[in-house]
Amino acid sequence: MSTDTLDIDRTRGDFSYPEQHTFDAGTGLTHDTIDYISGVKGEPDWIREFRHKALDTFLAKPMPTHWASHDLENIVFKNIRYYLANAQKPKRSWDDVSEDEKRTFERLGIPEQERRFLAGVEAQFDSEAVYSNIKAAVGEQGVIFCGSTEGLKEHPEIFRKWFGKVIPTGDNKFSALNSAVFSGGSFIYVPPGVKVKHPLQAYFRINAENFGQFERTLIIADEGSEVMYMEGCTAPKFETATLHSAVVELVAMKGAKIQYITVQNWSANVFNLVTKRAIAHEEAEVKWIDCNIGSRLTMKYPGVILKGRKARGEVISIALAGDGQHQDTGAKMVHAADETTSNIVSKSISLGTGRATYRGLVHIPKHLKGCKNNTECDALLINSTARTDTYPAITVRGTGNSSQHEASVSQISAEQIFYMMSRGLTEAQAMSLSVNGFVNDLVRQFPMEYSVELKRLIDLEMEGSVG
Amino acid sequence: MNALEIKDLHVSIGDKEIIRGLTLTVPRGEVHAIMGPNGSGKSTLSKAIGGHPDYVVTSGTVRLDGVNILDMAADARARAGLFLAFQYPMEIPGVSNANFIRAALQARLPDGEELEATDFYAQLYAEMDKLEMSRTFTARSVNEGFSGGEKKRNEILQMAMLKPKYAILDETDSGLDIDALRIVSAGVNAQRGPGLGALVITHYQRLLDYIVPDHVHVMVEGRIVRTGGKELALELEEKGYDFIKESLTTV
Repeated sequence: MSTDTLDIDRTRGDFSYPEQHTFDAGTGLTHDTIDYISGVKGEPDWIREFRHKALDTFLAKPMPTHWASHDLENIVFKNIRYYLANAQKPKRSWDDVSEDEKRTFERLGIPEQERRFLAGVEAQFDSEAVYSNIKAAVGEQGVIFCGSTEGLKEHPEIFRKWFGKVIPTGDNKFSALNSAVFSGGSFIYVPPGVKVKHPLQAYFRINAENFGQFERTLIIADEGSEVMYMEGCTAPKFETATLHSAVVELVAMKGAKIQYITVQNWSANVFNLVTKRAIAHEEAEVKWIDCNIGSRLTMKYPGVILKGRKARGEVISIALAGDGQHQDTGAKMVHAADETTSNIVSKSISLGTGRATYRGLVHIPKHLKGCKNNTECDALLINSTARTDTYPAITVRGTGNSSQHEASVSQISAEQIFYMMSRGLTEAQAMSLSVNGFVNDLVRQFPMEYSVELKRLIDLEMEGSVG
Repeated sequence: MNALEIKDLHVSIGDKEIIRGLTLTVPRGEVHAIMGPNGSGKSTLSKAIGGHPDYVVTSGTVRLDGVNILDMAADARARAGLFLAFQYPMEIPGVSNANFIRAALQARLPDGEELEATDFYAQLYAEMDKLEMSRTFTARSVNEGFSGGEKKRNEILQMAMLKPKYAILDETDSGLDIDALRIVSAGVNAQRGPGLGALVITHYQRLLDYIVPDHVHVMVEGRIVRTGGKELALELEEKGYDFIKESLTTV
């Protein structure tokens, strides 16, 4: 196999169009930056104070390099621009979106079908939503679907109650950073008993060099409600590192169901450091479906705090670590009530000098009864230079609880590739087919449009990775 | 010339030369059999012609309808009209049989052209029926958990779908019971005709009762040492390979 020369070809994502930002906080991060952001956004005082406190926490916290990659030390915070925005108001119809931006969306290949099928589209172009199309049906059901800034201004009674409660500012250095400078992201509230028929989608991308994107999403599904949220990200490639650090908080009230789906394709210079966590109350279900492709370093461990009896948490994740990339991903399941169940299925693919790390935290304390966890993690190595590590931390105490853990590492053999090539498939096609085969059972859990896109992304990665 | 022409072929694996000056021509429309004892280089020949990167051709030529294929990678050889039925077909987890065959056919189309799905399935089902394969095999992962006989049927199914100009069947009879052998042979015979040149590699004469060859070649130590009609296979069956080896040493 001629897979020694690895150069990821990104035919999508490596492009940008000229842009003029009306608001630009400049590079570097000080309390003045916070005042600038808060002022431009016209925020109430409580959020301004929240940001200032968060900045102090961020500055005080050390880098988590005692356990995480030292590559984090290469982030130069003073060179990053923390806020950029156009003066335009968020737009409601596709016709209002500028031609440049439409071209970008077209290149990203958001299929026409998706636009038709998906109810609400909240696309984030840099820090502010420039395109937003919320179907009347969703609004009629009493569902609130808007940007985080609008959420905190227009719906403070719901927003304030949960904001920063699932993931406190000081959870980690990057959640503190996000709390200080967040902009963009979605706010969703689903009233009791409402089942949102259509998935809600946000598609956003970074489009300015050295610009950190810090979106903040808060989703509250009230008692017995159901909602599916989809997020997809892709970024153009630039020479210097770009930082993306999001915080996503989910609250599933009694009997509610939330599915949160991410398909992410960052360019190879992005640091993607994301904190995602959910609280599941009694009999609630939270499912994270997470697909990580690209980036220089991704650190992301979606979690569920199983707070109420019979709550259920699930993390399904796929990570593809290309040459020079490190996907450090996993899941956290904190069981805090009886008869709670959790399921983690993780598959990773490493190619070239790519590295995939799985970190899993499962905690079932002694006083609980009838809790169950299942963890499966499978790794596929494409080249002998690729690397995979698994760090499962499973603590199960007490007599009435159980956990099972399975892990495997496999490789695509030269004989398999030859077999497929002898049928007329190119080496790249053979590789993509095997890789797609490896993740196939997980991809099936994605909505149809996303699984098609995912397949295309994997194909592109594999095309770039062989001779 | 419309033929698979192998001329003075030398093939090594590592430092060891396995094929030592082999010459053989299989014209389109004919079925040739290669018989030989274990270790004579039969499988090496099929892998080398197929383009396996571990099998190094040190000299000689292999032409497909006059075109030298030795500079081509395995996939280009396949698209040029060559098919290799494996002695041990590989399993490909997670890839459905139908998708695999479809991808292989799609790879033969020019850029931008899409395979017509309805026609594809109609044809696939028709070929599967001929091989007495259940429809469940379309959705199952390629060869995964297939019995030996099912794997061989699946090879012949792929051959029927890909419609090669030349096919090399490497020990297709190994591991088959008599029923499977009959079905697989019928599948091959159904594809015989002016459009196909086939090279059937086998250790035993048994297969040649079902796939009756036009010519039989005997391979010993990396060379063709005898060529004859189908009766040569019967003679070998009767006298064994030692008879050939002995006659070689006495010459």
